Amino acid sequence: MNKKNIKSTSSVSLDNVSITYGNSVAVKNVFCDIEKNQVTSFIGPSGCGKSTVIRAINRMNDLIEGCKLSGSVIFEGIDIYAEDIDPVEVRRRIGMVFQQPNPFPKSIYENIAFGARVNGYKGNMDQLVEESLIKAAVWDECKDKLNDSGYSLSGGQQQRLCIARTIAIEPDVILMDEPCSALDPLSTLKIEETIHELKKNFTIIIVTHNMQQANRVSDYTAFFNTEKKNKDLGGKIGFLVEFDKTKNMFNSPKQKSTQDYISGKFG
Amino acid sequence: MLLRVDKATTSKFLLRRRPTSEKLVDIGFKNIVVAMASMVAVVLFSIFAVVYYESTESISRYGLRFLFSSAWNPVTDEYGAFTAIYGTLFTSISSLLIAIPLGVGTAIFITENIIPEYIRNIIGIMVELLAAIPSVVLGLWAVFIMEPFIRPFLNIIYKIFGFIPFFSTQPLGAGMMPAILILVVMILPIITSISKDSLKQVPSKLRQAAYGIGASRWTTIFKVIIPAAISGITGGVLLALGRAMGETMAVTMIIGNSNNFSWSIFAPSYTISSMLANQFGEADGSQVSSLMYAALILMILTLLVNVFAQWIVKKLSLKYQ
Amino acid sequence: MNYTSQKSLTYNPSLTRNIGNKALTIISALFAIISVLPLILVISYVLIKGGSYINFDTLILEPEPPGDDLLSAGGIGPAITGTFIMAAIASIISIPVGVGGGIYLAEYSKSGKFAKFIRFGSNVLAGVPSIIAGVFIYAIIVSTKILFGSMFSGIAGGISLSILMLPTIIKTTDEALKLVPNDMRRAAFGVGASKFTMITNITLPAAFSSISTGVLLALARAAGETAPLIFTALFSRYYITSFDDLFYEMGSLSVLIYNFALEPYEAQNQLAWAASFILVIVLLTLNILSRWIGTLGTFSKNKV
Ligand SMILES: Nc1ncnc2c1ncn2[C@@H]1O[C@H](COP(=O)(O)OP(=O)(O)OP(=O)(O)O)[C@@H](O)[C@H]1O
Ligand SMILES: [Mg+2]
Repeated sequence: MNKKNIKSTSSVSLDNVSITYGNSVAVKNVFCDIEKNQVTSFIGPSGCGKSTVIRAINRMNDLIEGCKLSGSVIFEGIDIYAEDIDPVEVRRRIGMVFQQPNPFPKSIYENIAFGARVNGYKGNMDQLVEESLIKAAVWDECKDKLNDSGYSLSGGQQQRLCIARTIAIEPDVILMDEPCSALDPLSTLKIEETIHELKKNFTIIIVTHNMQQANRVSDYTAFFNTEKKNKDLGGKIGFLVEFDKTKNMFNSPKQKSTQDYISGKFG
Repeated sequence: MLLRVDKATTSKFLLRRRPTSEKLVDIGFKNIVVAMASMVAVVLFSIFAVVYYESTESISRYGLRFLFSSAWNPVTDEYGAFTAIYGTLFTSISSLLIAIPLGVGTAIFITENIIPEYIRNIIGIMVELLAAIPSVVLGLWAVFIMEPFIRPFLNIIYKIFGFIPFFSTQPLGAGMMPAILILVVMILPIITSISKDSLKQVPSKLRQAAYGIGASRWTTIFKVIIPAAISGITGGVLLALGRAMGETMAVTMIIGNSNNFSWSIFAPSYTISSMLANQFGEADGSQVSSLMYAALILMILTLLVNVFAQWIVKKLSLKYQ
Repeated sequence: MNYTSQKSLTYNPSLTRNIGNKALTIISALFAIISVLPLILVISYVLIKGGSYINFDTLILEPEPPGDDLLSAGGIGPAITGTFIMAAIASIISIPVGVGGGIYLAEYSKSGKFAKFIRFGSNVLAGVPSIIAGVFIYAIIVSTKILFGSMFSGIAGGISLSILMLPTIIKTTDEALKLVPNDMRRAAFGVGASKFTMITNITLPAAFSSISTGVLLALARAAGETAPLIFTALFSRYYITSFDDLFYEMGSLSVLIYNFALEPYEAQNQLAWAASFILVIVLLTLNILSRWIGTLGTFSKNKV
């Protein structure tokens, strides 16, 4: 495939992406165009490779020894796995929020300022910290204790701090791997509101196990599933089953397995 | 029939009621292991008590003056340990300053995925095996191989920088500089392996967090990974310092064993432990007491360093929980 | 936008960040090379130089007194047996005491005040310079002639080595037992085992490989020690021939190396190299063996 086939409205395109860990294939042949300034959710049963794929989009998989990718991931017309690409530059444009909140063992203020400084931020730091925390809907909880450790916050607040940290570096795309899995319903709701807010400025990709959440927050949904690799080996390979507007996906899925999964028959 | 079955079961489980013998074994065993654990305290305390007792004569005679005098004259019976104390502190701290960047750098290199894992493991094992080489063998190597090899280089330094007091004597063989270098070899494995362990224990989610906001490898290492591992690294460094201060054989063989104080790192010198190794066997009278006083000082120095190491590991590790 | 981000994703080698990263990576690689260099150099000299002086005579003969009119300096036989004997004496003392102490710490008093004190004490004892152990044994055993009137002796040497082994063995036993899951203890108590039975039949066997690792490492360290021996066991050029000889001066590989390295005679220096060869081979074998045993255990650290 060449650049012409990619829609101009898409931010990230996965083009025949297969990912292996050592010798075992984790996901294969994923094609998918992710729209700019839209929320796309990845759903599917555990182990189908959602995290693997989302980590591939900002080259986080580089950290995992033995993880290899074939095919290409195109971001704004550039193959980010090409030889001459700087993965650090990629991650500055495509930020990530992880499944477990992972603030730095620094103060709340520093957690945000650190990323900004790393990215060469020139403006007013206090203002940036405040704005980011407001956008991530934790300002009220943090404003009186900016110098306390990031760990002094609750799990949900920590996760929103991590979102604020990512927003602060103004990436083009934000990847979120099950950002709410460690959170209570109220915090989850707050984060969903945050996502709605963020959509105006960012392209968002979110992995979730929660169908309602996918339905509530996302414009597009990608459903991944697994198939048996080989009856004797018993390994499983993940693949993309269906990718469509969330509305269509939840109302009239084209594939039987999507229907089953969405209606809770398995997974 | 029934009756017989009953009898069988009761006789089968004679031990349902614990016999006193079993209780005695339990209590006896506990007392034995308590006594064995106490041995640590007994030995430690006796070492201090004996060394202190043996040095009382010298302590009462010289007091703190002992620390600042470099007289060491069995004929006139005048003793002072300044040269040895200075030598101990100077060699150990200098070797530490060289070994910290080397050791921590190596530890980082073998915990980051820069080269394939099996090569890193080989490097790690090799550095740890270095710790298995006995001090006296390193001393032998230093005397016959290392010192002759580095002497020309030291001579060049002497010729160029000889006006600086630190380099003001001609390197003629044994001296402080080769002792420092062999100490580096001895403490490198400690610093490397403890730093490696602490770096490995940094949760991977911290590394991911840093990479995820676009930090480069070395920004991540310096700003996130090392601060999180600092308690272990500091502990390892202090442990290495303690080891360097007490290290005896290799140093004794290469430091030149001279009680004449000199600022020059090329001149022969003494450390407390090399002075003990060198003189204790032939000493008598008040010289023994003075050597014991020096031994006491060495013990107190290493004790302080070790206690500080344990304290700092506890204190710093709490911060990053 | 407040970021001076270049819009390009391509790797820019002249960027300060990229230059710095590359430089630091190269420096750390250099440091790693420097760190392995001493091992390679020391080992190769010891193996090549020392190995070249090894022959049947060196291995079994007694060393001759230093002098420059000798055809041969003799051998290192008595030093080899001396090292083994003193290491054995040290093990006989320190293994039971160390393992027992470790059992107390891990099984009886997990976090009591006394246990904390003992743990602290063994860390401090581990940090006591080895020469101090020699000075201590000299003061309480050698100079007091407490061992049936004998002064310098193989037994005194063995005892001073045991002081060095003790803290390592206590610590590894303590840590090895703590790695055994509590479920196994509950299971043993659940079927009515006494504490003694539980420890000897369940937890000690489960921790056996980790404990052996620690014991072997401690033994390897003790066998290579010189400082505690130079004024406790001193040195002897003769084989021991009877039990009584344990109460007299005893030679060892390490003290032989120390003494003969500083002799001005070539023949003695060669014996020192030969002794280094044997010592290094034995110690490296013990070390590698202990690593291997460490990987066998069910609850060993290396596995987790
Ligand atoms: N670091 C890794 N090393 C080796 N294999 C891995 C690694 N991470 C994931 N895998 C494998 O890749 C496959 C996909 O895993 P992945 O974590 O992407 O699934 P997932 O869809 O995110 O699952 P979940 O919903 O449970 O988070 C699994 O079979 C997993 O075993
Ligand atoms: Mg996942």
